[in-house]
Amino acid sequence: MTQIKSLADLKALKTNIQEKMDTRAKGNKDGLVQVKVAMATCGIAAGAKQVFDYFLTESEKRGIDIVLTQTGCMGYCHAEPTIEVTVPGKDPIVFGYVDVKKADEIIEKYIKNGELVEGIIPVNYETVQKN
Amino acid sequence: MAKYKMHLLVCGGTGCSASASAQIVSNLNEELSKQGLNNDVQVILTGCFGFCEKGPIVKVMPDNTFYTEVKPEDAATIVAEHVIKGRKVTRLLYTDPENKERISDSKHMGFYKKQLRIALRNCGFIDPENIDEYVSNEGYAAIAKVLTEMTAEQVIDEVKRSGLRGRGGGGFPTGLKWEIASKNHADQKYVVCNADEGDPGAFMDRSILEGDPHSVIEAMTINGFAIGATKGLIYIRAEYPLAIHRLQVAIGQAREYGLLGKDIFGSGFDFDIELRYGAGAFVCGEETALIHSMEGLRGEPTFKPPFPAQSGYMQKPTNVNNVETYANIPIIILKGADWFSKIGTEKSKGTKVFALAGQINNVGLIEVPMGITLREVIYEIGGGIKNGRAFKAVQTGGPSGGCLTEKHLDTPIDYDNLIAAGSMMGSGGMVVMDDTSCMVSIAKFYLEFTVEESCGKCTPCRIGNKRLSEILDKITKGNGTMADLEALRNLAAVIKDTALCGLGQTSPNPVLSTLDNFGNEYLEHVRDKKCSAGVCKSLMKYVIDAEHCVGCTACARNCPVNAISGEKKMPHVINTELCIKCGACIERCKFNAISIK
Repeated sequence: MTQIKSLADLKALKTNIQEKMDTRAKGNKDGLVQVKVAMATCGIAAGAKQVFDYFLTESEKRGIDIVLTQTGCMGYCHAEPTIEVTVPGKDPIVFGYVDVKKADEIIEKYIKNGELVEGIIPVNYETVQKN
Repeated sequence: MAKYKMHLLVCGGTGCSASASAQIVSNLNEELSKQGLNNDVQVILTGCFGFCEKGPIVKVMPDNTFYTEVKPEDAATIVAEHVIKGRKVTRLLYTDPENKERISDSKHMGFYKKQLRIALRNCGFIDPENIDEYVSNEGYAAIAKVLTEMTAEQVIDEVKRSGLRGRGGGGFPTGLKWEIASKNHADQKYVVCNADEGDPGAFMDRSILEGDPHSVIEAMTINGFAIGATKGLIYIRAEYPLAIHRLQVAIGQAREYGLLGKDIFGSGFDFDIELRYGAGAFVCGEETALIHSMEGLRGEPTFKPPFPAQSGYMQKPTNVNNVETYANIPIIILKGADWFSKIGTEKSKGTKVFALAGQINNVGLIEVPMGITLREVIYEIGGGIKNGRAFKAVQTGGPSGGCLTEKHLDTPIDYDNLIAAGSMMGSGGMVVMDDTSCMVSIAKFYLEFTVEESCGKCTPCRIGNKRLSEILDKITKGNGTMADLEALRNLAAVIKDTALCGLGQTSPNPVLSTLDNFGNEYLEHVRDKKCSAGVCKSLMKYVIDAEHCVGCTACARNCPVNAISGEKKMPHVINTELCIKCGACIERCKFNAISIK
């Protein structure tokens, strides 16, 4: 890793990563489906790790390209484990109570066909815009 | 295979379900199949939208139309107008209460969202173990700004003007704390992050550290620059292994990038952070006890002054702030004090993260602007009380806080209002209770916690709380007297006045606030030997109603202590002396002949 020694270095790094992240979020032709699994202690205790591993192995097995990331608490404790799926060109959707069975349904129905499945958690907060 | 062009999202939260959302779903489906559209439009039931007051909600995707107060008979109109003709059903759109305009796109009605995420801005969005994701979300831009464009005085001034107050519970103005530490000169100063989160049911700090560890690292570096400290310490509970792991990863990555270490951003400023583990003593969340614990001494508080800002860790000036306080700092630097101070109330700026728990539908981690009311938190964000029961109280501030009741539902939540109401902000636990909670038992629970966690250094806390807890125990067992109620109050007042540290001084709060708000419940326990919530076992009496008892002997056969007697086909009787109130008989009785009195 190179060291960040000036404001310019930080900005260069930021632009570089943002380009990468943009392609994956906005999804042009080869934009990938992004799956985020909420993995704070409580999520993991509720089974998020199994769901994460399931997405990892199944996406490979079924030949679907996804960007899988772990993230922190989404705040929906009543519905752990929770995941957020962003299909290119669409708004992110949060699903709650995701177990392996639900994950299978999400891959087959939503990721492959754009068909929604039950267990959607509507986002009920705003996040501060950073700039 | 169906490829849906449109989705109708129907709220399936408890509130909306009560007002017929299932019927709406089936009516919509029926209308769609009548029109042959069921392969093009999918109807789906979702979780709570957090707008229960205007339920049931139907949201149309992809155009984000947000229909409120939808009735089952509106299904036909929605399908005929919106789905087929593409015209929005104006009468079902949300009306802005201020300008009376109908709002069609939920993206333009952000104000319905009661939550604003500032401290939690990155939690659930970025990968906490990847510094690049933090950087791409304006991470480390604040420290860059501080080190390249600002002086220490300007940083302190910005934090002061923002009005940020300590989120650990006390609510001391953060900027002022920094200023005091900056004015005390020494060869070495320290910045300490208090991550010793100990309130029962509180997990805000853990969530921040697990979801966004870099924001705390960045803020501590800013703090170090502002007060002239080159060393940071994070005091974190050993019970938080994942938070510790992610912090270690984050600190390692920050060092590799040169964002911790020597000569950060080429400014000549050095700063580095170490972790210190706490063994889970509640009192170590008190800053002087925390510092002693880090020094390897017993985790006991000492008298203030001297304040840590004068003589703290290793007798050097030390600034201690809580995790959530730090999480606010980078964004305040980036967006400015003026922006931050516009959020919240006059004396409490910004937002507060709460861990919403107890008898509430949407248990969760929420972040709301200061000044929101309890009613909004419980009924809109929280989706109301579980199982449609009645709201009774909400406990805020953990063992140092108190219970708020129905009459406080519309009080704006901020530091000062909560204290005026006999509770406190605390670190942000919020436990909602319904009518099955006995307030005397709740007070007893918190007192037992304090007794367990008292370090024992000062007499009022060590002995006083023990006595308080004993009196409460006596009352819940039905042996309380009117003199005990008097004694509770007197003793509580003495402890508040004389205990050494914050833990002791606030420990009687759960007793005092329940005495004030639920005095009748205490009276009932003492005078009538009754617990209407049905919690205090000693005060319950199981009785067989002779009229309904057919003498089937099921209860007698299943009683584990043989407290029930009676002839076959004759009414049975429970010997209350022997009865242990386990409830086995009630479960077995098919004739509803047994009741609790």
